[in-house]
Amino acid sequence: MLEVRNVDAGYGSTVILQDVSLRVEEGEVVTIVGANGAGKTTTLRTVSGLVTPKTGGVFFEGEEISKLQPHDVVDRGITLIPEGRQLFPDMSVRENLLMGAHRRDARGVRSETLEEVLGLFPRLGERLDQHASSLSGGEQQMVAIARGMMARPRLLMFDEPSLGLAPIIVEQVFDVISKVAASGMTVLIVEQNVWHTLKAADRGYVLENGEMVLDDAADALIENDHVRQAYLGI
Amino acid sequence: MQTFLQIIANGLMLGGLFAIIAVGLTLIFGIVKVVNFAHGEFLMVGMYLTYLLTTGIGVHPYATAAAVVPILFVFGAVTQRLLIQPLMHARDEHIQIFATVGLSTALMNLALLIFGADIANTPNHGLRSQIHLGPVRILEGQLWIFLAAILLVTGLQLFLARTNTGRAIRATAQNRAAARLMGINDRFIYVLTFGIGAACVGFGSALIAPLYPTSPTIGTYFVLIAFVIVVLGGLGSIPGAFFGALIIGLVDALSGFYIGSDLREAVVFGIFLVILILKPSGLFGTRVSQSHVSP
Repeated sequence: MLEVRNVDAGYGSTVILQDVSLRVEEGEVVTIVGANGAGKTTTLRTVSGLVTPKTGGVFFEGEEISKLQPHDVVDRGITLIPEGRQLFPDMSVRENLLMGAHRRDARGVRSETLEEVLGLFPRLGERLDQHASSLSGGEQQMVAIARGMMARPRLLMFDEPSLGLAPIIVEQVFDVISKVAASGMTVLIVEQNVWHTLKAADRGYVLENGEMVLDDAADALIENDHVRQAYLGI
Repeated sequence: MQTFLQIIANGLMLGGLFAIIAVGLTLIFGIVKVVNFAHGEFLMVGMYLTYLLTTGIGVHPYATAAAVVPILFVFGAVTQRLLIQPLMHARDEHIQIFATVGLSTALMNLALLIFGADIANTPNHGLRSQIHLGPVRILEGQLWIFLAAILLVTGLQLFLARTNTGRAIRATAQNRAAARLMGINDRFIYVLTFGIGAACVGFGSALIAPLYPTSPTIGTYFVLIAFVIVVLGGLGSIPGAFFGALIIGLVDALSGFYIGSDLREAVVFGIFLVILILKPSGLFGTRVSQSHVSP
């Protein structure tokens, strides 16, 4: 479904990603794990069209999308839930969710989608008319995920969904991600919380200093000596 | 008492006129985050268009809005697309401001070249006749401007609050990076918003031209006052621009009568400095969005 093929990318003259390749098949939950600064976020931004690859390409359902503007990538059905929530602070929760359904294919059915999404996040139903900035960090992360789902994407990407959240909220966030995945959504997730992510994923990639050093089934990565030493501290 | 009421009425009417000019300026500033120093010259262009259409084909000045509003919309949109947007990634955002200053001077001199320095009087079709409202007398055209200002401010607020496009505009202003991730074409939003801001002042031109003689420098006077209003009301706030305009209109009228008409502007700009020092966010100001950094 998604294929990143031999991509070099970065900002200005700074190269972050070197010869990065990865694949996500329909219905899979794939994760990229790695340390802070390894290039995980840049990988997602390259898929989203926020960063244009210097060499190599990004293909979605066989078509190259690496030259598209971010809004065109969203229209194709790829939605990124960004690191740090990035809500619209002076809008209500309801308006934030409606903004998620701005994509052409999602706008017409947004009332139905809203009901479905609120079924998954009952707490947000009680908060619909509150300003997004008045919510707790965990609630804001739930709004960010719900807003991403409002786009009815074919591929949903999460950038560090557990960052800065209390351990109990982290559990809730991963519960939600598992539910989203169980609904058949294709998911690409980037995390520093390696243990939780590998538990939730089918397959994983390990990114170090902008290069893919390992890829395997998630179960196998949990057993891998290098992963255990470098990321799980076992 | 009679005199005082008359001064208040004059102030409110003047405030309505200021509001109609300031609304477009605050919209462009609040959404596109560009201070448009050519805003007064947009007004000047609109007033000349109204003048040409009324004298050329003899229509009522208000009817020219049907042409002036769309022309100014396109003018604003093209300004954003061809002048501001190429500078969006400039190393220093202030370059955009200098570009609008340049545009302002160019338009002023272009008008001087075409129309000369003489004033152009738009036929007023009876809009300068006085009407009695209780104890006060005002010009018919002033009352229309005041009502049009209320209509424009209400309409814009509803558009921004209730429509999909309006929500997309607000989303882009609040968090541009996130708006792009929602599938919003941020460049289109900026072009559209600049167009709407210019269209607002185009709407104002058709109303103002019958009451004020048009000249190449007419915009300079109004736009300076409009900047004071936008700062007083809170940068980017449309209700702020409206109430700020009424306050400045009242201050202008009251100080003109009680202090001396030569000192009106000194009082207005004195207030401007006091606001900047005491409450830089203005009356209706929210925090200035921090998200104008391109992702």
